[in-house]
Amino acid sequence: MKILVCISHVPDTTSKINFTDGDTKFDTNGVQFVINPNDEFGLTRAMWFKEKQGASVDVVNVGGPETEPTLRKALAIGADTAIRVNTEATDGFAVAKQLANVVKNGGYDLVIAGRESIDYNGGMVPGMLAGLTSANFVNNCISLEVDGTSAKAVREIDGGKETVSTTLPLVIGGQKGLVEESDLRIPNMRGIMMARKKPLNVVEPVDASAETASVKFEKPAPKGAVTLVDADNVGELVNLLHNEAKVI
Amino acid sequence: MSVLVYTESEQGKFKKVAFEVASYAKAVADQMGTTVTAVTINADDTSALGNYGVDKVLKVNDASLDKFNANAYASIIKQATEKEDAKVVIVSSSADSKYLAPLLAVDLNAGFASNVVEAPSSTSPFTVKRTAFTNKAFNMTTINSDVKLVAVSKNAFGLKENTASAAAEDFSASIPEIKVQVDAVDKVTGQVTIADAEVVVSGGRGLKGPENWGMIEELADVLGAATACSKPVSDLGWRPHSEHVGQTGKPVASNLYIAVGISGAIQHLAGINASKVKVVINTDPEAPFFKAADYGIVGDAFEVVPKLIEKLKEFKAQQ
Repeated sequence: MKILVCISHVPDTTSKINFTDGDTKFDTNGVQFVINPNDEFGLTRAMWFKEKQGASVDVVNVGGPETEPTLRKALAIGADTAIRVNTEATDGFAVAKQLANVVKNGGYDLVIAGRESIDYNGGMVPGMLAGLTSANFVNNCISLEVDGTSAKAVREIDGGKETVSTTLPLVIGGQKGLVEESDLRIPNMRGIMMARKKPLNVVEPVDASAETASVKFEKPAPKGAVTLVDADNVGELVNLLHNEAKVI
Repeated sequence: MSVLVYTESEQGKFKKVAFEVASYAKAVADQMGTTVTAVTINADDTSALGNYGVDKVLKVNDASLDKFNANAYASIIKQATEKEDAKVVIVSSSADSKYLAPLLAVDLNAGFASNVVEAPSSTSPFTVKRTAFTNKAFNMTTINSDVKLVAVSKNAFGLKENTASAAAEDFSASIPEIKVQVDAVDKVTGQVTIADAEVVVSGGRGLKGPENWGMIEELADVLGAATACSKPVSDLGWRPHSEHVGQTGKPVASNLYIAVGISGAIQHLAGINASKVKVVINTDPEAPFFKAADYGIVGDAFEVVPKLIEKLKEFKAQQ
């Protein structure tokens, strides 16, 4: 089985979010970038397939050279080859078109992407990639088993879960549950040394137009101070929620 | 040229989000000087859509669509878009709509903006405000394609009543081959889900152990709320993963969010930020949650929560 894991290069979850250039660009100053958490669950599941069922695992990112340390980390975790599509990731549709080209050239059976990146939260790349490559698609995937060309998956729905069966080629939008948090791997020294020798292929982009454009960013209005209620006067909280906040 | 909206139903009845997206579609149609057409799949009575400004309803009824299928549903919405020559298509942010929307965008070659929280600030260029960085920021985005697809965030735009006729007509769409088969649906019934809840009561590590969740459930019960938990609690296995809310868990956009024994790590706050009113109960006055909350009680949850339950019961009894 040939697996491709799509890796988004995102600010660490604890990052302070600020903008520059008249609020048009994310301020990367002092920000540490990581593998998008939803992608990391998928990468770890891909490693399970590689080790238990036999599979090759490639990772791909659409972005500039600054994303290479994130791809190297994915190699250190155990991916075989990394691909970087050398273009700025503008909108989700444009990224999906670049990835579709990589999928078509690579002949992948299974593509694992995170359900959304934690920066732009578009939640569209996996589904668009499936649509563009005519692959089957399961979103919000929390469990995946593959047997030959058949796949069984569980997806999270509002208020529960749904078990589905489908066939390869398949794209999934993955999330926590594909593997447990405790299964995530921290690269060890041997992995890091090996990652340096593994191929990281830079490919040039295909023509792909973006259909949306980011105009500017805004930060939420600063919040007013919290209204504290004394622990001995809990009835006051009920009063405030009813009469002031009007939520009960 | 009408605005097309996909109004979701479950077992024939509209979900609440159906009325919210209909309200949103009406606002867009007013700005563009056009009408609203809704497409429904296996909904029974569609007349209620008229209360939210829907002028026309394309009803698709087919037993093969009883189980959700993203490709088939996307294909039907695409056919309805073409029939109406719609240039703007609106969907919700339910799990099903988030699943079908990117497929629909490819089918329509439409630019897609998700997590949209306000009516367009302009329809030419078509500009919407959406959340980004997991609710830590907003992003003004223009959609430049001929057909535009918008997914509206839950509980952001709200319900807006507008009387229209909602004239229904049967719409026979062709249904593509189903390639992802639903084998089983495991859904909690008779319990409020985090996605639908107006109120969410959430517990953190401050509760010390899973055996102490009785009072969280009781508090939720009194409020008709869903229960949720912080990431450490789900990682420790005290509560199921499906209750984990936060950046890598479920997002919460309820009217009221009550956090008990949750310190308020930045990742947790990001996930619940879209909630309108936040209440925190924590022993530590320095807990970061107090900076994000609207109301707070510094105190021991084991003392405060039972009192709160009692006061809420008294309040409910008076209503």
